[in-house]
Amino acid sequence: MTAALGLASCEFRIALRNRWVAIVIAMMTLFALVLSAAGSAPTGELGADSLSVTVASLTSLAVYLVPLVGLLMAFDAVAGEVERGTLPLLLTYPVSRARLLLGKALAHLATLALALAIGYGSAAAAAFAVDPEAAGGLPALVRLFWSSLLLGASFLGIGYALSAIARRPGAAAGLAIGLWLVLIVLYDLGLLAAVVADAGGVFTTHVFPWLLLANPADAFRIFNLASSEATAAAAGVGGAAGSIPAWQALASVALWPLVAFALALLAFRKVTP
Amino acid sequence: MSSLKLSTVTKTFGRHTALDRVGLTVGAGERVALLGHNGAGKSTLMKIVLGLIPADGGSVEVLGAAPGSGAARAQVAYLPENAAFHPSLTGEEQMALYLRLRGAPASQARPLLDRVGLGDAARRRIGTYSKGMRQRVGLAQALIGRPRLLVLDEPTSGLDPVSRREFYAILEELAADGAAILLSSHALTEVEARTDRIVILSKGRVVADDTLAGLRRNAGLPTRIHVAARPGAADDVARELRAGRRNGVMVDLVCPPDEKLSRLGRVAELGHLVEDVEVVPPSLEDIYDHYSRRTQA
Repeated sequence: MTAALGLASCEFRIALRNRWVAIVIAMMTLFALVLSAAGSAPTGELGADSLSVTVASLTSLAVYLVPLVGLLMAFDAVAGEVERGTLPLLLTYPVSRARLLLGKALAHLATLALALAIGYGSAAAAAFAVDPEAAGGLPALVRLFWSSLLLGASFLGIGYALSAIARRPGAAAGLAIGLWLVLIVLYDLGLLAAVVADAGGVFTTHVFPWLLLANPADAFRIFNLASSEATAAAAGVGGAAGSIPAWQALASVALWPLVAFALALLAFRKVTP
Repeated sequence: MSSLKLSTVTKTFGRHTALDRVGLTVGAGERVALLGHNGAGKSTLMKIVLGLIPADGGSVEVLGAAPGSGAARAQVAYLPENAAFHPSLTGEEQMALYLRLRGAPASQARPLLDRVGLGDAARRRIGTYSKGMRQRVGLAQALIGRPRLLVLDEPTSGLDPVSRREFYAILEELAADGAAILLSSHALTEVEARTDRIVILSKGRVVADDTLAGLRRNAGLPTRIHVAARPGAADDVARELRAGRRNGVMVDLVCPPDEKLSRLGRVAELGHLVEDVEVVPPSLEDIYDHYSRRTQA
């Protein structure tokens, strides 16, 4: 474990020096504040406290931003070591490849946790500033925080796998952006088109919910929306959230990091220096 | 017992045979130099020893364990050719990481950097280091935790002559402590006298495995004798010795090693005509050339 922690602290230091930590924190905070400013207006009519509304907005933000940040931090993990020529030496040390990945993942998760805490924290502070009843939304905010971390972990793992498959940082970055577009943007559009074409048939009732659960980002959204009735009003895919129990969505959100890490390890084991 | 033992190791990449039935041993406390042109198979052999790539055939035993196994990796240190590190880390931070990866205290980073002469630069980022300095960081990390086998890929490339001498002094200490050392180089002149044995690889085959003296003897390369004649006597000397004349005063003789003494005797008989005699044994480059050409026939 010393090895993984040593690697994690080094990676975190590198992320600090490369301004990655600053960039991720700034991005999260900026988007969170903009969203909470935009979402603070209509609270009165919804009958929900302002923090709950903010959490609903943050959920939609996190679905896009957290996977992107995870992939951006991860794409260099293996490919960067290959390109710098540092991988062969690293692999002669008495440390397993799983430990090496774990060390990097710990550093990247810590960076993400810091950015989420600051970003969500400032959004929450803004909500408290306009609404003294905002404390009612705190459980939802906490839930959003740890499920965002799990979502980030999934995409970190996927990013490591892409990085190991591509073996070159440029190619890995391209793959990462492509995958983000497919899983986060096109996936939902495709499902929506299929549901419309199906017009309430077997696909909509039996296949569609499983396809939603299969995508960690969709599962994350469903979990956060299903857990909080107040947020359902503010969500676009709210209809889908109703038909899928929260525990199933949670199971997907919790399992995906493990699956992604296993994929990453499989891909990394195939890399010969 | 051999610290490293390879027998009939074969490795092919597609149609290209990188290593062809290579056999090699390195004993504890022994320094063995692996010589060969670029592409002779030196790095491939080292990567197999380290367990980074598998051999296609033959057997490899590293300190009694399989290459790349936990037991082997714990006792083997590696210095890659053109050692590279993360440019954003300082020398001390990078060393601290390597120490922790070996389960050693990070506080040893400074003493190790001092030992390779990098103490002053320990707090500077590696991105600002010269090639020779990075090579020293590479050496420093190879010293962590008293390794029993050191695999050093072209360790002295990029080092100036003084650094090179310091480097070999450290290797001597390690070998005296019982570590086995396998180092590669593409020049015999670099490893001369600083290694106990020399193995020459050519096109994936071991073409020589001997001490420098043994290599010299077995090669049987001709010795050159330069005779400086007294002014005006060069033609007479050349005629007497049945040799070619290089210029107005120099006469060159080329003879097999076993005729050297009798030829010198003839030169001595010409005493009054000769001003000076110089005996030039075959150079290290000649010897290396001799062996590395052999397989091409």
